Amino acid sequence: MTLEVALEKKFKGFNLNVQFTHGNDIMGVLGASGSGKSMTLKCIAGIETPQRGRIVLNGRVLFDSEQKINLKPQERKVGYLFQNYALFPNMTVEQNIACGLEQLRSAKADKQAVVREMIERFQLEGLAKRYPLQLSGGQQQRVALARIMAYEPEALLLDEPFSALDAYLKDQLQEELLEMLGSYPGSVIMVTHSRDEVYRLCPQLLVIDHGRAVRRGATREIFADPQQLAVARLSGCKNFSRARRIGEQTVEALDWQVRLQVRPPFPEHFDYIGVRAHDFVPVDERGEEINRLPCRLLNSSETPFEHNIIFTTVAEAERPPRIWWLYGRDEYRGAALPSYLTVAPEKNLLLS
Amino acid sequence: MDYSAVWISLKTASVSIVITFFLGLLVARWVVSIRHEKLKMFLDGILTLPMVLPPTVMGFFLLYLFGAKRPLGMFFLEFFSYKIAFSWSATVLAAVVISFPLMYRSARGAFEQVDQNLFYAARTLGMREGRIFWRVVMPMALPGVASGGVLAFARGLGEFGATAMIAGNIAGQTRTLPLAIYSEVAAGNMEGAYDYVLIIVCISLLVIFCLNWFTSLGRRFMKKEPVQ
Repeated sequence: MTLEVALEKKFKGFNLNVQFTHGNDIMGVLGASGSGKSMTLKCIAGIETPQRGRIVLNGRVLFDSEQKINLKPQERKVGYLFQNYALFPNMTVEQNIACGLEQLRSAKADKQAVVREMIERFQLEGLAKRYPLQLSGGQQQRVALARIMAYEPEALLLDEPFSALDAYLKDQLQEELLEMLGSYPGSVIMVTHSRDEVYRLCPQLLVIDHGRAVRRGATREIFADPQQLAVARLSGCKNFSRARRIGEQTVEALDWQVRLQVRPPFPEHFDYIGVRAHDFVPVDERGEEINRLPCRLLNSSETPFEHNIIFTTVAEAERPPRIWWLYGRDEYRGAALPSYLTVAPEKNLLLS
Repeated sequence: MDYSAVWISLKTASVSIVITFFLGLLVARWVVSIRHEKLKMFLDGILTLPMVLPPTVMGFFLLYLFGAKRPLGMFFLEFFSYKIAFSWSATVLAAVVISFPLMYRSARGAFEQVDQNLFYAARTLGMREGRIFWRVVMPMALPGVASGGVLAFARGLGEFGATAMIAGNIAGQTRTLPLAIYSEVAAGNMEGAYDYVLIIVCISLLVIFCLNWFTSLGRRFMKKEPVQ
Protein backbone atom coordinates (compact mmCIF):
# COMPACT_ATOMS: atom_id res chain seq x y z
CA MET A 1 0.00 0.00 0.00
CA THR A 2 1.56 3.26 -1.07
CA LEU A 3 0.49 6.79 -1.68
CA GLU A 4 2.63 8.97 -3.94
CA VAL A 5 1.87 12.64 -3.97
CA ALA A 6 3.39 15.48 -5.98
CA LEU A 7 1.37 18.63 -6.29
CA GLU A 8 1.63 22.27 -7.12
CA LYS A 9 -1.08 24.83 -6.59
CA LYS A 10 -0.74 28.58 -6.87
CA PHE A 11 -2.74 31.04 -4.83
CA LYS A 12 -2.49 34.78 -4.46
CA GLY A 13 0.74 35.26 -2.55
CA PHE A 14 1.08 31.61 -1.68
CA ASN A 15 2.36 28.60 -3.57
CA LEU A 16 1.77 25.05 -2.48
CA ASN A 17 4.49 22.68 -3.63
CA VAL A 18 4.52 19.33 -1.85
CA GLN A 19 6.01 15.96 -2.69
CA PHE A 20 6.11 12.79 -0.66
CA THR A 21 5.47 9.08 -0.70
CA HIS A 22 3.95 7.23 2.17
CA GLY A 23 3.45 3.57 3.06
CA ASN A 24 1.15 1.87 5.51
CA ASP A 25 1.45 3.46 8.89
CA ILE A 26 0.40 6.86 10.20
CA MET A 27 2.15 9.90 8.82
CA GLY A 28 1.75 13.22 10.57
CA VAL A 29 1.78 16.46 8.63
CA LEU A 30 3.03 19.24 10.83
CA GLY A 31 2.82 22.88 9.85
CA ALA A 32 1.73 26.29 11.09
CA SER A 33 -1.81 27.37 10.27
CA GLY A 34 -1.98 28.58 6.70
CA SER A 35 1.04 26.52 5.67
CA GLY A 36 -1.01 24.46 3.23
CA LYS A 37 -1.40 21.20 5.10
CA SER A 38 -5.18 20.98 4.90
CA MET A 39 -5.04 22.03 1.26
CA THR A 40 -2.68 19.11 0.61
CA LEU A 41 -5.23 16.69 2.08
CA LYS A 42 -8.04 18.27 0.06
CA CYS A 43 -6.05 17.81 -3.14
CA ILE A 44 -5.50 14.12 -2.33
CA ALA A 45 -9.20 13.61 -1.65
CA GLY A 46 -10.16 15.42 -4.84
CA ILE A 47 -12.00 18.25 -3.12
CA GLU A 48 -9.48 20.72 -4.52
CA THR A 49 -7.63 20.40 -7.80
CA PRO A 50 -3.93 21.16 -7.99
CA GLN A 51 -2.62 22.93 -11.09
CA ARG A 52 0.15 20.42 -11.65
CA GLY A 53 1.23 17.13 -10.21
CA ARG A 54 0.47 13.47 -9.84
CA ILE A 55 -1.27 11.48 -7.12
CA VAL A 56 -1.09 7.69 -7.16
CA LEU A 57 -2.74 5.44 -4.59
CA ASN A 58 -1.79 1.74 -4.64
CA GLY A 59 -0.91 1.99 -8.32
CA ARG A 60 -4.17 3.73 -9.19
CA VAL A 61 -3.67 7.18 -10.70
CA LEU A 62 -6.03 9.58 -8.95
CA PHE A 63 -4.66 12.69 -10.53
CA ASP A 64 -2.15 13.41 -13.25
CA SER A 65 -1.96 16.87 -14.77
CA GLU A 66 0.02 15.68 -17.78
CA GLN A 67 -2.22 12.76 -18.66
CA LYS A 68 -5.22 14.91 -17.75
CA ILE A 69 -6.50 12.40 -15.24
CA ASN A 70 -8.58 13.81 -12.42
CA LEU A 71 -10.81 11.30 -10.67
CA LYS A 72 -13.86 12.64 -8.86
CA PRO A 73 -13.79 12.39 -5.06
CA GLN A 74 -16.47 9.72 -5.43
CA GLU A 75 -14.07 7.51 -7.40
CA ARG A 76 -10.96 7.94 -5.29
CA LYS A 77 -11.77 5.71 -2.34
CA VAL A 78 -10.05 8.11 0.02
CA GLY A 79 -11.62 8.66 3.43
CA TYR A 80 -11.56 12.17 4.88
CA LEU A 81 -12.20 12.97 8.52
CA PHE A 82 -13.11 16.63 8.75
CA GLN A 83 -12.15 18.90 11.61
CA ASN A 84 -15.82 19.32 12.56
CA TYR A 85 -16.55 15.69 11.48
CA ALA A 86 -19.13 16.88 8.90
CA LEU A 87 -21.81 14.47 10.08
CA PHE A 88 -25.12 14.99 8.31
CA PRO A 89 -27.32 16.61 10.99
CA ASN A 90 -30.53 15.46 9.30
CA MET A 91 -29.60 11.77 9.48
CA THR A 92 -29.40 9.42 12.43
CA VAL A 93 -26.17 7.71 13.39
CA GLU A 94 -27.04 4.59 11.40
CA GLN A 95 -28.16 6.61 8.38
CA ASN A 96 -24.90 8.54 8.50
CA ILE A 97 -22.91 5.30 8.54
CA ALA A 98 -25.01 3.84 5.72
CA CYS A 99 -24.27 6.83 3.44
CA GLY A 100 -20.98 5.41 2.23
CA LEU A 101 -22.66 2.13 1.34
CA GLU A 102 -25.35 3.62 -0.87
CA GLN A 103 -23.51 3.22 -4.13
CA LEU A 104 -22.50 -0.39 -3.50
CA ARG A 105 -24.37 -3.08 -5.37
CA SER A 106 -24.68 -5.46 -2.45
CA ALA A 107 -28.05 -6.42 -1.01
CA LYS A 108 -29.79 -4.26 1.57
CA ALA A 109 -29.37 -6.91 4.26
CA ASP A 110 -25.60 -6.94 3.72
CA LYS A 111 -25.45 -3.19 4.06
CA GLN A 112 -27.39 -3.34 7.29
CA ALA A 113 -24.95 -5.95 8.54
CA VAL A 114 -22.04 -3.60 7.80
CA VAL A 115 -23.76 -0.77 9.67
CA ARG A 116 -24.36 -3.04 12.65
CA GLU A 117 -20.76 -4.21 12.60
CA MET A 118 -19.50 -0.60 12.56
CA ILE A 119 -21.83 0.39 15.40
CA GLU A 120 -20.39 -2.42 17.46
CA ARG A 121 -16.77 -1.80 16.48
CA PHE A 122 -16.95 1.90 17.29
CA GLN A 123 -18.90 1.41 20.50
CA LEU A 124 -22.00 3.20 19.36
CA GLU A 125 -24.54 0.71 20.70
CA GLY A 126 -27.72 2.43 21.81
CA LEU A 127 -26.95 5.54 19.77
CA ALA A 128 -28.04 4.24 16.37
CA LYS A 129 -31.27 6.26 16.29
CA ARG A 130 -29.77 9.47 17.62
CA TYR A 131 -29.00 12.56 15.57
CA PRO A 132 -25.45 13.97 15.54
CA LEU A 133 -26.37 17.05 17.57
CA GLN A 134 -27.49 14.76 20.38
CA LEU A 135 -24.01 13.23 20.68
CA SER A 136 -20.90 14.31 22.57
CA GLY A 137 -17.78 15.39 20.69
CA GLY A 138 -16.11 12.02 21.21
CA GLN A 139 -19.17 10.11 20.04
CA GLN A 140 -19.40 12.32 16.97
CA GLN A 141 -15.81 11.51 16.11
CA ARG A 142 -16.49 7.81 16.44
CA VAL A 143 -19.54 8.08 14.18
CA ALA A 144 -17.51 9.98 11.59
CA LEU A 145 -14.81 7.29 11.68
CA ALA A 146 -17.39 4.51 11.51
CA ARG A 147 -18.96 6.18 8.48
CA ILE A 148 -15.59 6.38 6.75
CA MET A 149 -14.54 2.83 7.66
CA ALA A 150 -17.83 1.38 6.39
CA TYR A 151 -16.87 2.83 3.02
CA GLU A 152 -13.58 0.87 3.14
CA PRO A 153 -11.28 3.61 1.87
CA GLU A 154 -7.80 2.74 0.63
CA ALA A 155 -6.30 5.74 2.38
CA LEU A 156 -7.47 7.76 5.35
CA LEU A 157 -6.95 11.48 5.77
CA LEU A 158 -7.45 13.06 9.19
CA ASP A 159 -7.72 16.84 9.23
CA GLU A 160 -6.86 18.12 12.72
CA PRO A 161 -9.03 15.45 14.31
CA PHE A 162 -8.64 16.68 17.88
CA SER A 163 -8.79 20.44 17.50
CA ALA A 164 -12.55 20.61 18.14
CA LEU A 165 -12.32 18.79 21.47
CA ASP A 166 -11.89 19.79 25.08
CA ALA A 167 -8.42 19.21 26.49
CA TYR A 168 -9.50 16.45 28.86
CA LEU A 169 -11.14 14.52 26.02
CA LYS A 170 -8.12 14.79 23.76
CA ASP A 171 -5.87 12.33 25.56
CA GLN A 172 -8.58 9.73 25.81
CA LEU A 173 -9.59 10.09 22.18
CA GLN A 174 -6.04 9.94 20.95
CA GLU A 175 -5.72 6.55 22.64
CA GLU A 176 -9.03 5.44 21.13
CA LEU A 177 -8.01 6.59 17.69
CA LEU A 178 -4.73 4.70 17.86
CA GLU A 179 -6.63 1.58 18.82
CA MET A 180 -9.20 1.96 16.07
CA LEU A 181 -6.58 2.66 13.43
CA GLY A 182 -4.54 -0.33 14.58
CA SER A 183 -6.46 -2.73 12.37
CA TYR A 184 -6.63 -0.37 9.39
CA PRO A 185 -4.51 -1.72 6.51
CA GLY A 186 -4.10 1.44 4.38
CA SER A 187 -2.13 4.66 4.53
CA VAL A 188 -3.16 7.21 7.13
CA ILE A 189 -2.22 10.87 6.97
CA MET A 190 -2.96 13.12 9.89
CA VAL A 191 -2.70 16.89 9.65
CA THR A 192 -2.07 18.78 12.85
CA HIS A 193 -0.30 21.76 14.32
CA SER A 194 0.28 19.99 17.61
CA ARG A 195 3.74 18.51 18.08
CA ASP A 196 2.45 16.40 20.97
CA GLU A 197 -0.15 14.73 18.76
CA VAL A 198 2.40 14.03 16.07
CA TYR A 199 4.93 12.62 18.49
CA ARG A 200 2.36 10.43 20.16
CA LEU A 201 0.40 9.15 17.17
CA CYS A 202 2.54 9.32 14.06
CA PRO A 203 5.68 7.22 13.50
CA GLN A 204 6.31 9.12 10.26
CA LEU A 205 6.38 12.84 9.74
CA LEU A 206 6.18 15.42 6.98
CA VAL A 207 6.90 19.03 7.86
CA ILE A 208 5.34 21.73 5.71
CA ASP A 209 6.46 25.32 5.90
CA HIS A 210 4.97 28.09 3.76
CA GLY A 211 3.55 25.62 1.28
CA ARG A 212 6.74 23.60 0.87
CA ALA A 213 7.54 20.15 2.18
CA VAL A 214 10.75 20.84 4.08
CA ARG A 215 11.35 17.54 5.85
CA ARG A 216 10.20 13.95 5.61
CA GLY A 217 11.28 11.07 7.82
CA ALA A 218 10.80 9.20 11.08
CA THR A 219 9.18 11.45 13.67
CA ARG A 220 11.60 10.69 16.47
CA GLU A 221 14.64 11.35 14.32
CA ILE A 222 13.28 14.66 13.11
CA PHE A 223 12.52 15.77 16.66
CA ALA A 224 16.00 14.73 17.80
CA ASP A 225 17.73 16.47 14.90
CA PRO A 226 15.49 19.09 13.28
CA GLN A 227 18.28 20.60 11.11
CA GLN A 228 16.16 23.55 9.94
CA LEU A 229 14.94 26.53 11.91
CA ALA A 230 11.32 26.09 10.76
CA VAL A 231 11.34 22.39 11.63
CA ALA A 232 12.85 23.05 15.06
CA ARG A 233 10.25 25.73 15.75
CA LEU A 234 7.36 23.42 14.75
CA SER A 235 8.82 20.64 16.87
CA GLY A 236 8.47 22.93 19.87
CA CYS A 237 11.94 24.43 20.23
CA LYS A 238 11.54 27.91 21.69
CA ASN A 239 15.05 29.37 21.88
CA PHE A 240 17.10 30.44 18.89
CA SER A 241 20.19 32.55 18.44
CA ARG A 242 22.19 33.41 15.37
CA ALA A 243 25.42 31.45 15.59
CA ARG A 244 28.81 30.95 13.94
CA ARG A 245 31.53 28.40 14.32
CA ILE A 246 34.63 29.54 16.19
CA GLY A 247 36.47 26.35 17.07
CA GLU A 248 36.83 22.60 16.85
CA GLN A 249 33.69 22.01 18.92
CA THR A 250 32.61 25.52 19.73
CA VAL A 251 30.14 27.98 18.32
CA GLU A 252 29.42 31.51 19.33
CA ALA A 253 25.75 32.28 19.93
CA LEU A 254 25.71 35.85 18.67
CA ASP A 255 22.39 36.99 20.14
CA TRP A 256 23.02 35.40 23.51
CA GLN A 257 26.67 36.47 23.59
CA VAL A 258 27.89 33.13 24.89
CA ARG A 259 30.17 30.41 23.57
CA LEU A 260 28.70 26.97 23.49
CA GLN A 261 30.25 23.58 22.95
CA VAL A 262 28.39 21.39 20.53
CA ARG A 263 28.80 17.79 19.55
CA PRO A 264 30.45 17.39 16.13
CA PRO A 265 30.14 16.69 13.28
CA PHE A 266 29.09 20.14 12.20
CA PRO A 267 26.51 20.38 9.44
CA GLU A 268 27.80 21.82 6.19
CA HIS A 269 25.95 25.03 6.77
CA PHE A 270 24.20 26.55 9.75
CA ASP A 271 23.02 29.99 10.80
CA TYR A 272 21.32 29.35 14.10
CA ILE A 273 21.68 27.47 17.31
CA GLY A 274 18.54 26.25 19.05
CA VAL A 275 18.02 25.00 22.59
CA ARG A 276 14.79 23.45 23.82
CA ALA A 277 13.33 25.11 26.88
CA HIS A 278 13.42 21.82 28.80
CA ASP A 279 17.11 21.19 28.14
CA PHE A 280 18.59 23.76 30.51
CA VAL A 281 19.99 22.54 33.81
CA PRO A 282 20.66 24.88 36.75
CA VAL A 283 24.25 25.01 38.00
CA ASP A 284 26.14 26.51 40.88
CA GLU A 285 27.89 29.84 40.65
CA ARG A 286 31.26 28.27 41.42
CA GLY A 287 30.82 25.30 39.12
CA GLU A 288 33.26 24.32 36.42
CA GLU A 289 30.73 23.10 33.88
CA ILE A 290 30.99 24.00 30.23
CA ASN A 291 28.22 25.86 28.40
CA ARG A 292 27.34 28.13 31.28
CA LEU A 293 24.71 30.74 30.47
CA PRO A 294 24.31 33.62 32.89
CA CYS A 295 20.69 33.70 33.95
CA ARG A 296 18.98 37.05 34.63
CA LEU A 297 15.27 36.84 35.21
CA LEU A 298 12.93 38.76 32.91
CA ASN A 299 9.63 37.10 33.65
CA SER A 300 8.18 34.00 35.21
CA SER A 301 4.86 32.18 35.29
CA GLU A 302 3.42 28.86 36.35
CA THR A 303 1.30 26.13 34.85
CA PRO A 304 -0.07 23.28 37.01
CA PHE A 305 2.99 21.09 36.61
CA GLU A 306 5.66 23.41 35.29
CA HIS A 307 7.46 26.65 35.90
CA ASN A 308 8.11 28.92 32.95
CA ILE A 309 11.10 31.20 33.30
CA ILE A 310 12.06 33.78 30.74
CA PHE A 311 15.62 34.85 31.30
CA THR A 312 18.33 36.64 29.41
CA THR A 313 22.08 36.40 29.14
CA VAL A 314 22.64 40.04 28.23
CA ALA A 315 20.72 42.13 30.72
CA GLU A 316 22.32 45.43 29.75
CA ALA A 317 21.24 45.21 26.09
CA GLU A 318 18.48 47.52 24.89
CA ARG A 319 16.37 44.58 23.75
CA PRO A 320 17.74 41.64 25.69
CA PRO A 321 17.27 38.21 24.09
CA ARG A 322 14.43 36.32 25.74
CA ILE A 323 15.24 32.69 26.54
CA TRP A 324 12.69 30.20 27.84
CA TRP A 325 13.46 27.69 30.53
CA LEU A 326 10.74 25.22 31.50
CA TYR A 327 11.13 22.84 34.40
CA GLY A 328 8.87 20.49 36.31
CA ARG A 329 7.77 21.42 39.82
CA ASP A 330 10.10 18.93 41.43
CA GLU A 331 13.12 19.39 39.21
CA TYR A 332 14.43 22.54 40.81
CA ARG A 333 13.49 23.66 44.28
CA GLY A 334 15.99 26.45 44.89
CA ALA A 335 14.59 29.48 46.66
CA ALA A 336 16.07 31.92 44.14
CA LEU A 337 16.73 31.64 40.46
CA PRO A 338 20.11 29.98 39.75
CA SER A 339 22.70 32.40 38.45
CA TYR A 340 23.77 30.03 35.72
CA LEU A 341 22.19 27.43 33.46
CA THR A 342 23.98 24.90 31.39
CA VAL A 343 23.07 22.81 28.39
CA ALA A 344 24.68 19.54 27.33
CA PRO A 345 26.68 19.78 24.06
CA GLU A 346 24.50 17.18 22.32
CA LYS A 347 21.37 19.16 23.16
CA ASN A 348 22.53 22.16 21.15
CA LEU A 349 20.74 22.07 17.80
CA LEU A 350 22.55 23.57 14.83
CA LEU A 351 20.02 24.85 12.33
CA SER A 352 20.07 26.29 8.87
CA MET B 1 -69.48 38.08 -5.90
CA ASP B 2 -67.95 36.44 -8.91
CA TYR B 3 -66.16 33.32 -7.71
CA SER B 4 -64.30 32.89 -11.00
CA ALA B 5 -61.70 35.40 -9.76
CA VAL B 6 -61.02 33.22 -6.70
CA TRP B 7 -60.72 30.14 -8.85
CA ILE B 8 -58.45 31.83 -11.41
CA SER B 9 -56.22 33.26 -8.68
CA LEU B 10 -55.85 29.92 -6.93
CA LYS B 11 -55.12 28.16 -10.18
CA THR B 12 -52.58 30.79 -11.22
CA ALA B 13 -50.85 30.93 -7.84
CA SER B 14 -50.69 27.11 -7.54
CA VAL B 15 -49.35 26.47 -11.02
CA SER B 16 -46.91 29.36 -10.86
CA ILE B 17 -45.53 28.43 -7.43
CA VAL B 18 -44.73 24.92 -8.66
CA ILE B 19 -42.89 26.33 -11.67
CA THR B 20 -41.18 29.09 -9.66
CA PHE B 21 -40.19 26.71 -6.86
CA PHE B 22 -38.36 24.19 -9.00
CA LEU B 23 -37.02 26.72 -11.48
CA GLY B 24 -35.73 28.85 -8.60
CA LEU B 25 -34.10 25.82 -6.96
CA LEU B 26 -32.42 24.70 -10.15
CA VAL B 27 -31.18 28.13 -11.12
CA ALA B 28 -29.97 28.84 -7.57
CA ARG B 29 -28.09 25.55 -7.51
CA TRP B 30 -26.55 26.34 -10.86
CA VAL B 31 -25.53 29.89 -9.93
CA VAL B 32 -23.99 28.70 -6.63
CA SER B 33 -21.83 26.23 -8.56
CA ILE B 34 -20.43 28.90 -10.91
CA ARG B 35 -16.83 29.67 -10.03
CA HIS B 36 -16.37 32.70 -12.27
CA GLU B 37 -17.15 35.56 -9.88
CA LYS B 38 -17.97 38.23 -12.48
CA LEU B 39 -20.27 35.95 -14.46
CA LYS B 40 -21.95 35.05 -11.20
CA MET B 41 -22.57 38.69 -10.34
CA PHE B 42 -23.88 39.45 -13.79
CA LEU B 43 -26.29 36.52 -13.76
CA ASP B 44 -27.41 37.38 -10.26
CA GLY B 45 -28.21 40.90 -11.42
CA ILE B 46 -30.26 39.71 -14.40
CA LEU B 47 -32.12 37.15 -12.30
CA THR B 48 -32.95 39.66 -9.58
CA LEU B 49 -34.08 42.40 -11.96
CA PRO B 50 -37.81 41.44 -11.99
CA MET B 51 -37.90 42.09 -8.25
CA VAL B 52 -36.42 45.56 -8.56
CA LEU B 53 -38.18 46.84 -11.67
CA PRO B 54 -41.76 48.07 -11.38
CA PRO B 55 -44.09 45.18 -12.28
CA THR B 56 -45.58 47.22 -15.09
CA VAL B 57 -42.13 47.47 -16.67
CA MET B 58 -41.75 43.69 -16.43
CA GLY B 59 -45.23 43.41 -17.95
CA PHE B 60 -44.10 45.70 -20.73
CA PHE B 61 -41.07 43.49 -21.43
CA LEU B 62 -43.26 40.38 -21.39
CA LEU B 63 -45.68 41.99 -23.80
CA TYR B 64 -42.74 42.96 -25.93
CA LEU B 65 -41.58 39.31 -26.11
CA PHE B 66 -44.84 37.37 -26.00
CA GLY B 67 -47.21 39.76 -27.79
CA ALA B 68 -49.06 38.21 -30.74
CA LYS B 69 -46.84 40.05 -33.24
CA ARG B 70 -43.63 39.52 -31.27
CA PRO B 71 -40.89 36.90 -31.77
CA LEU B 72 -41.73 34.53 -28.91
CA GLY B 73 -45.46 35.12 -29.23
CA MET B 74 -45.29 34.36 -32.95
CA PHE B 75 -43.21 31.26 -32.27
CA PHE B 76 -45.85 29.84 -29.93
CA LEU B 77 -48.64 30.81 -32.29
CA GLU B 78 -46.89 29.24 -35.25
CA PHE B 79 -45.69 25.96 -33.75
CA PHE B 80 -48.22 25.30 -31.01
CA SER B 81 -51.12 27.39 -32.33
CA TYR B 82 -51.20 28.88 -28.87
CA LYS B 83 -51.74 32.52 -28.03
CA ILE B 84 -50.10 33.47 -24.76
CA ALA B 85 -50.83 37.17 -24.37
CA PHE B 86 -54.24 37.92 -22.83
CA SER B 87 -54.92 34.26 -22.06
CA TRP B 88 -54.93 32.50 -18.69
CA SER B 89 -51.37 31.21 -19.24
CA ALA B 90 -50.21 34.85 -19.33
CA THR B 91 -51.30 35.24 -15.69
CA VAL B 92 -49.04 32.29 -14.83
CA LEU B 93 -46.22 33.75 -16.90
CA ALA B 94 -46.47 37.09 -15.12
CA ALA B 95 -46.66 35.47 -11.67
CA VAL B 96 -43.66 33.23 -12.36
CA VAL B 97 -41.49 36.04 -13.67
CA ILE B 98 -42.33 38.41 -10.83
CA SER B 99 -42.06 35.85 -8.01
CA PHE B 100 -38.99 34.05 -9.37
CA PRO B 101 -36.33 36.37 -7.81
CA LEU B 102 -37.76 35.83 -4.32
CA MET B 103 -37.48 32.09 -4.70
CA TYR B 104 -34.12 32.22 -6.40
CA ARG B 105 -32.52 34.56 -3.87
CA SER B 106 -33.84 32.70 -0.83
CA ALA B 107 -32.72 29.35 -2.22
CA ARG B 108 -29.33 30.68 -3.19
CA GLY B 109 -28.78 32.17 0.26
CA ALA B 110 -29.89 28.91 1.86
CA PHE B 111 -27.54 26.82 -0.30
CA GLU B 112 -24.61 29.09 0.45
CA GLN B 113 -25.27 28.74 4.18
CA VAL B 114 -24.88 24.96 4.05
CA ASP B 115 -21.54 23.85 5.52
CA GLN B 116 -19.32 23.08 2.53
CA ASN B 117 -17.70 20.26 4.48
CA LEU B 118 -20.99 18.33 4.48
CA PHE B 119 -20.96 18.49 0.73
CA TYR B 120 -17.29 17.45 0.53
CA ALA B 121 -17.79 14.65 3.04
CA ALA B 122 -20.68 13.28 0.98
CA ARG B 123 -18.52 13.32 -2.14
CA THR B 124 -15.62 11.51 -0.48
CA LEU B 125 -18.12 8.89 0.72
CA GLY B 126 -19.03 8.13 -2.88
CA MET B 127 -22.53 9.66 -2.87
CA ARG B 128 -23.77 10.75 -6.30
CA GLU B 129 -24.26 14.48 -6.91
CA GLY B 130 -28.04 14.27 -7.31
CA ARG B 131 -28.36 12.28 -4.13
CA ILE B 132 -26.13 14.70 -2.25
CA PHE B 133 -28.39 17.52 -3.36
CA TRP B 134 -31.64 15.90 -2.22
CA ARG B 135 -30.37 14.04 0.87
CA VAL B 136 -27.80 16.48 2.27
CA VAL B 137 -28.00 19.97 0.80
CA MET B 138 -31.78 20.29 0.53
CA PRO B 139 -32.63 19.19 4.10
CA MET B 140 -30.09 21.66 5.44
CA ALA B 141 -31.34 24.46 3.19
CA LEU B 142 -35.00 23.64 3.73
CA PRO B 143 -35.96 26.50 6.06
CA GLY B 144 -34.52 29.08 3.66
CA VAL B 145 -35.99 27.34 0.64
CA ALA B 146 -39.41 27.07 2.29
CA SER B 147 -39.46 30.71 3.28
CA GLY B 148 -38.53 31.55 -0.30
CA GLY B 149 -41.48 29.45 -1.39
CA VAL B 150 -43.82 31.29 0.99
CA LEU B 151 -42.67 34.67 -0.25
CA ALA B 152 -42.88 33.61 -3.88
CA PHE B 153 -46.39 32.21 -3.42
CA ALA B 154 -47.58 35.36 -1.67
CA ARG B 155 -46.04 37.51 -4.36
CA GLY B 156 -47.59 35.36 -7.11
CA LEU B 157 -51.01 35.50 -5.49
CA GLY B 158 -50.81 39.27 -5.16
CA GLU B 159 -49.36 39.91 -8.62
CA PHE B 160 -51.13 42.82 -10.29
CA GLY B 161 -49.04 45.09 -12.51
CA ALA B 162 -47.39 42.64 -14.87
CA THR B 163 -50.56 40.55 -15.03
CA ALA B 164 -52.61 43.57 -16.06
CA MET B 165 -50.08 44.33 -18.82
CA ILE B 166 -49.65 40.90 -20.38
CA ALA B 167 -52.88 39.11 -19.41
CA GLY B 168 -55.29 41.98 -19.21
CA ASN B 169 -58.37 42.09 -17.01
CA ILE B 170 -60.83 39.80 -18.75
CA ALA B 171 -63.54 38.63 -16.38
CA GLY B 172 -63.71 34.84 -16.13
CA GLN B 173 -60.42 34.44 -17.98
CA THR B 174 -57.57 36.53 -16.65
CA ARG B 175 -59.21 38.49 -13.84
CA THR B 176 -57.36 37.36 -10.71
CA LEU B 177 -58.30 38.48 -7.19
CA PRO B 178 -56.09 41.59 -7.15
CA LEU B 179 -57.52 42.64 -10.50
CA ALA B 180 -61.03 41.88 -9.32
CA ILE B 181 -60.48 44.07 -6.26
CA TYR B 182 -59.16 46.84 -8.45
CA SER B 183 -62.11 46.52 -10.82
CA GLU B 184 -64.65 46.64 -8.00
CA VAL B 185 -63.04 49.69 -6.44
CA ALA B 186 -62.66 51.38 -9.81
CA ALA B 187 -66.38 50.82 -10.36
CA GLY B 188 -67.05 52.43 -6.96
CA ASN B 189 -68.21 49.13 -5.47
CA MET B 190 -66.32 48.99 -2.17
CA GLU B 191 -68.71 46.39 -0.72
CA GLY B 192 -67.83 43.94 -3.51
CA ALA B 193 -64.11 44.47 -2.88
CA TYR B 194 -64.42 43.52 0.82
CA ASP B 195 -65.21 39.88 0.05
CA TYR B 196 -62.25 39.52 -2.32
CA VAL B 197 -59.92 41.17 0.20
CA LEU B 198 -61.13 38.83 2.94
CA ILE B 199 -60.52 35.79 0.76
CA ILE B 200 -57.02 36.81 -0.30
CA VAL B 201 -56.02 37.53 3.32
CA CYS B 202 -57.33 34.12 4.43
CA ILE B 203 -55.55 32.20 1.67
CA SER B 204 -52.28 33.99 2.35
CA LEU B 205 -52.39 33.29 6.09
CA LEU B 206 -53.30 29.66 5.56
CA VAL B 207 -50.40 29.08 3.21
CA ILE B 208 -47.91 30.71 5.56
CA PHE B 209 -49.07 28.54 8.48
CA CYS B 210 -48.84 25.41 6.34
CA LEU B 211 -45.32 26.13 5.23
CA ASN B 212 -44.12 27.07 8.71
CA TRP B 213 -45.49 23.79 10.01
CA PHE B 214 -43.82 21.94 7.16
CA THR B 215 -40.50 23.64 7.93
CA SER B 216 -40.65 22.74 11.61
CA LEU B 217 -41.15 19.10 10.63
CA GLY B 218 -38.01 19.19 8.55
CA ARG B 219 -35.98 20.64 11.43
CA ARG B 220 -36.83 17.95 13.97
CA PHE B 221 -33.24 16.72 13.94
CA MET B 222 -31.99 20.08 15.18
CA LYS B 223 -33.43 19.44 18.63
CA LYS B 224 -30.83 18.61 21.23
CA GLU B 225 -32.74 16.03 23.29
CA PRO B 226 -32.75 12.38 22.29
CA VAL B 227 -35.73 11.53 20.15
CA GLN B 228 -37.77 8.69 21.61
